Order: sequence, then structure tokens, then C-alpha cells
Amino acid sequence: MTLTEQIKDLKSRCDYSSITDLVPYAKLIGIETSMVGDQLISGLKFLNSNIGNPALPALHGGVLAGFMETAALLHLIWENEPAKIPKVIDFSIDYLRPAVAASTYSNCSIVRLGNRVALCDIFIWQDDIKQPIAKARVHFLMSENLPIDN
Amino acid sequence: MTTPSNMVLTHREYLNKVTETPHAKKLKLAFVSSEENSVTLKLPFSEDIIGDSINRIVHGGAITSLVDTACGAAVFLTQNNLRALATLDLRVDHIRAATSGEDIYATAECYRLTHTIAFVRATVFTDNISNPIAISIATFMRSNKQFPVN
Repeated sequence: MTLTEQIKDLKSRCDYSSITDLVPYAKLIGIETSMVGDQLISGLKFLNSNIGNPALPALHGGVLAGFMETAALLHLIWENEPAKIPKVIDFSIDYLRPAVAASTYSNCSIVRLGNRVALCDIFIWQDDIKQPIAKARVHFLMSENLPIDN
Repeated sequence: MTTPSNMVLTHREYLNKVTETPHAKKLKLAFVSSEENSVTLKLPFSEDIIGDSINRIVHGGAITSLVDTACGAAVFLTQNNLRALATLDLRVDHIRAATSGEDIYATAECYRLTHTIAFVRATVFTDNISNPIAISIATFMRSNKQFPVN
């Protein structure tokens, strides 16, 4: 089954959580997906193994970055049903507030979707959506990496 | 247990602190080598950190965690203490895909330290640092609090 068929199949069965099977790393850090309105939303449940500073305790900055990149990837795959998993070109994150030992939620928006490249903005929050703990942007390569002449 | 501020740590002990956090242990991050202002850490390949289950490529988020940790270690080394850091921003450019199954290394260098800010750049590679898979740049806010690792 192609990726496109897999996503169509999940949608037809109203299965909004198995998409993480496509990304083993998503399971490692505890990402769970659900449908909120018409949007596929990724959440990061609290796991002890996501801690970067045990005395505060605070989540590891790298986990938050990985969560945001994955949230954008899953959002993009769900919305666009591509034939292949898009590849990340660059990822940039700004940390705004400490991430406490609690569940974290994401909000993704596709800023631009072209034939070759997609740009996504992501922000994440914990107890208050108006107080994001980090914001990030990521470019994905949607096409094959072929010579420009082709 | 927090480290008393008057305790003299060897460089190796600074570096061990960053690989002893729960998330660093989860990713099995390991110290490889260090120089005056730079640190090399290793992210061993594992099934759990795959981001693209079709091509079996390591997830960008795991690479970001490796980079964030290596950059933090480079700052600890350069400031010669374990005063806590807050990542302000971090950008990763994924310039080449790693081959599935390869261990990944990051060498981070703290090239500028001001009273308040640390500037770091990192190179991510597999077998050869002159053929990197990713290039990263990060800034950290310095503090007078001790980085506490239980």
C-alpha cells in the first residue's frame, strides 16, 4: 500500500491515531494524534524519558523540537496525502517559556504548499494556548530530489 | 543531588552531565571527544529513532536533540562550569540524508561567549566530518543557576 493509500485508509476508518506508526520516533517520545474539529492535532504526553533537566523538572529542548517537527510532518501528510514521506530541509525553533513536566499540545499551519517545497509554522503550549512555550518553522521537500533540468 | 558550585569538575565530568539526563539516556547519547571549546557526541542508530519508516532514515528530531545536547555541552566546557542554560533558538539545516543504520555524530563549538549569551555552531556527520549531513547554529541564554542533574 502506498503512503497515499495508507492515509486514505486511515481516514475511511476514522483512525486518527495509527498515523504515528509511520514514524517510530513519534512513539519513542510519546506523540499521540487526534482529530480536533477538522484538524489532525498532535499531543506529547508526559514521559520521564523526555526530561532534559531533572531538578526543575523540564522537558529536553530537543524533544520539543522533535515533537514540533513531527507534528508538522503528520499534519502535512494528513492534509496532502503525499506518495512519500516529505523530507525536512531545515528546522528552526525559538524557545519562549520553560516546558514543565506535563502534556504538551501543538498547533500547525501550512504557510505555503508548493509542488516542491512546503513551509509550516508550529507553536506548542501546555496549560494556556495563549502562552506558547516554543514556536518553530520548518521547510519540507515534497518532491523527489531530481536535477533541475528534468 | 546537585553539584556544589565550588566543586571542581573535570571537562569529562561536565560532558557526562549532559549525557546523564533522562532523554539523553533514552537516545543513548554518548561522549566521544572534546577540545578546548568543542565537544563531539554520538547518537547511535536504533529502530526507535527512525522518522521515515519506508526509507528507514533517522528522524530530524533525534538529530536536533543530539545537536541541542552537544551545543549545551560545548557551552558548559567553554564557560568552565555547569551554570544552567536556556536555549533561545536553534536551527538545523539537513544538507544530506544519512544512510540507514549509520551512527550519527555532532561536533559543537562555542565560538563566542558573552556575559549573557553563548553562540554555538555544530556540524552533524556520520563517517566524515568534512561530508556533513547537517549544519546547525544555536544561541543560549546564560544564567547563574547551577545545571542540576539528579
